[in-house]
Amino acid sequence: MQSRNNTVSELLMKLFRRQIFIPIAALLLLALFNLIADPSFFKITLGTNSAGDPVLSGYLITILDYGSELAILAIGMTLVTAASGGQDISVGAAIAISGSVVLRVLCGSNSRPETLQAPIIVAFLVSCLVAMAFGAFNGTLVAYFKIQPMVATLILFTAGRSIAAWINNNELPIISEPSFGYFGGFIPGIPIPTPVFIAVACMIITALTLRFTNLGLYCQAVGINDKSSRLNGLNPAFIKFLTYVILGLCVAVAGLIKVSRLSSINYSVIAKDIEMDAILAVALGGNALSGGKFNMTASILGAYVIQFLTTTLYKFNVQSDALSAYKAVVVIALVVLSAPIVREKLTALKNSLKKQPAAKEVA
Amino acid sequence: MREGAILEMRGICKSFPGVRALQNVDFTLCEGEIHALMGENGAGKSTLIKVLTGVYPKDSGQIFLKGYQKAAVIRSPQDAQNMGISTVYQEITLCPNLSVAENMYIGRTKGFVQNWKAINAKADQVLKSLDIPATATQQLASCSIAVQQMVAIARAVDMDCKVLILDEPTSSLDEQEVEKLFRLMRDLQKKGVGIIFVTHFLDQVYEVCDKITVLRDGKLVGEYAIKDLPRVQLVSKMLGKELDDLSDIQSESETYTAEDAEDAIFETENLASTEGIKPFDFYIRKGEVTGFTGLLGSGRSECVRAIFGADKITSGTVKKHGKPVKISHPIDAMRLGIGYLPEDRKRDGIIGDLSVRENIILALQVMKGFFKPFTKAEANAFAEQYIKLLDIKTASADTPIKSLSGGNQQKCILARWLLTHPEYLILDEPTRGIDVGTKIDIQKLVLKLASEGMSITFISSETDEMLRTCSRLVVMRDRKVVGELSGEELTQTMIMNTIAGGEAKQCSPETIQ
Repeated sequence: MQSRNNTVSELLMKLFRRQIFIPIAALLLLALFNLIADPSFFKITLGTNSAGDPVLSGYLITILDYGSELAILAIGMTLVTAASGGQDISVGAAIAISGSVVLRVLCGSNSRPETLQAPIIVAFLVSCLVAMAFGAFNGTLVAYFKIQPMVATLILFTAGRSIAAWINNNELPIISEPSFGYFGGFIPGIPIPTPVFIAVACMIITALTLRFTNLGLYCQAVGINDKSSRLNGLNPAFIKFLTYVILGLCVAVAGLIKVSRLSSINYSVIAKDIEMDAILAVALGGNALSGGKFNMTASILGAYVIQFLTTTLYKFNVQSDALSAYKAVVVIALVVLSAPIVREKLTALKNSLKKQPAAKEVA
Repeated sequence: MREGAILEMRGICKSFPGVRALQNVDFTLCEGEIHALMGENGAGKSTLIKVLTGVYPKDSGQIFLKGYQKAAVIRSPQDAQNMGISTVYQEITLCPNLSVAENMYIGRTKGFVQNWKAINAKADQVLKSLDIPATATQQLASCSIAVQQMVAIARAVDMDCKVLILDEPTSSLDEQEVEKLFRLMRDLQKKGVGIIFVTHFLDQVYEVCDKITVLRDGKLVGEYAIKDLPRVQLVSKMLGKELDDLSDIQSESETYTAEDAEDAIFETENLASTEGIKPFDFYIRKGEVTGFTGLLGSGRSECVRAIFGADKITSGTVKKHGKPVKISHPIDAMRLGIGYLPEDRKRDGIIGDLSVRENIILALQVMKGFFKPFTKAEANAFAEQYIKLLDIKTASADTPIKSLSGGNQQKCILARWLLTHPEYLILDEPTRGIDVGTKIDIQKLVLKLASEGMSITFISSETDEMLRTCSRLVVMRDRKVVGELSGEELTQTMIMNTIAGGEAKQCSPETIQ
């Protein structure tokens, strides 16, 4: 009995020390809360949408669906954080730009076209190039001009949404072609939202890249000690630059999903504040925002934690104005709990609690 | 207090966790005296100065200042300044974007409204009296480094300082600028200011100073008048080896010198880098162990860094087997078969948060390429092989390298380079800060590798280590190669003489031996 208790607590302690513990614990807590408050949260129903196609619906589906963009961004943000020891705060604005580019290419000169002026794949590839170019701009400032990432990306953060509006002459293009809506909605006949597939595809590509290239090792080495990395033959500046370009690619994918959801764009609202959520996802994953070692899985889980939280709050009819305040409270709790200093104290506290009963027995 | 003294420190002790940085150190500074404070790195020079200026509290001992009856209580740099002790540090601590006058009077003006016209006039007067070529309204950044340093001194002088501390002020100056600074120092000397001069440059000490106080390992070695202490003596006091005791260690180099081996594998011609070393020529043969020696800051690390492409090369060429090769980044050198273990393990060597395994495979991995990562099994095999070979004490290959002891970290970095199977391995202070056992292990390894045909450059602050391992020594002083010793000449005495230079040239090796 005693020994079994010990092994269980040892296992828990082991898990507790793992970096991935915080996002998993947060997910479980949120799930538990919902289970107690209203078990119907977990209900998933198969219905049909207005077009008569089968679709799955339910809060869990919503979380997976709407968490996609954040999860994709978290991938790029994790790499940027690891290599450059800073964050890109311009991703929201960059999404506006790349979304705007997609629409511009699809619409041509007419903002309400009857038919698409170019294949969607072409529009997407052009937006990828543009987003990577803006990523390269940020990366150049950070890696070669050695400007602090926050300051370097502030430029695009400020100017990005104006650039997005300018790309479409400040018009609001609307795409009537239904196939464009597939990327942010459902493909007829498949009941799972398409963004989920896109996110999964991105994760698989990321996993393969980390497995079959040295991207992970190089990013971490440069983030931990770039002087030493240079003496080992690495080119720290280029690696930092590269991570910003990769983040640009993530931005383009997220941008496509975002504009596809609406089949249109709202320059000032699209992907608003998503940069903060993406940074938070990295932090919730237990990754140091000062760079160095990272855990990609934890970051992606962190993104879904944030979406889980947002959806939960919506479910309890928290007004969208008040949402950020509620979110902040939960985030503070999570971040404080995941701080190494707090975790050390907690471990010490637990150990001392364990000792006390033993001491009493002796007495 | 001694007659004429303006500062007297008695029995100063200061400990940091694990280190006794100062043990019972006395120091006396007289009026109108330029007093050199000498010692190798870690001897306690900067700790002594920081105690004097109130940066560190002292554990025990007393400080007396002229004009104060009791022992002075210096709790902060502000206290020190108020008592007339000013410091000019190696790095300029002024604000480059402010004007010269603003820099001189910042933090010293009273009230809210300033009469800048009057202040500028006053500043100009001070600058003129000290013969400093700058004007009050000029932006500080537009002055040369030397002038900036002089402005810092002018600020100190205007604050009515009695004791001026110059901490390595000349390390970033060229010869003419140094000359200007010395002129200023002599002027101040005539005005009765006592100057404490900390430097690594022996020539400068003999040019400008009156007295020398030598520290070693946190202890006072002695105070000497400059004329009583020839250079060779000074060097031997700093290194802690009395000339009389210098039994010339028999060089064991016969077994592995390869004098008759083929031509140089690597050679440099007029190589110079941005780090300010004078162009130098150097060559190394297959299976040879060479060394660079000289005091700290003499440029020995900068030489090997230039060969490895770690600093930007400004002139000269590197040749491999007589053919010029281009090394502009470390990776170029690595591809040519050069490995480099850097001097500062923490800053340039280890990647702290990564595991022992990742640290060991890193260099080879980078050479192999971005798209060809080692499999986990391969990486583990490499790590295990070298952990066993070099006897690295670590809990596992997954342990972060930063949690290892210094010696074991160094072995990991060594393993990293051995894994790349270099033809030429540069070891810059591989034995610094590690325990004696590991030191000997590393020296043995160097000899073994050389006997297997690897060319090695070995740099160490401990001359006996170099004597034991190297068959040829390049001697450096003030960033210049000043001599090359081999065979018979490889003795402590000869090395010291060559390092000291100047007068030492007069005494031939025979007279000393």
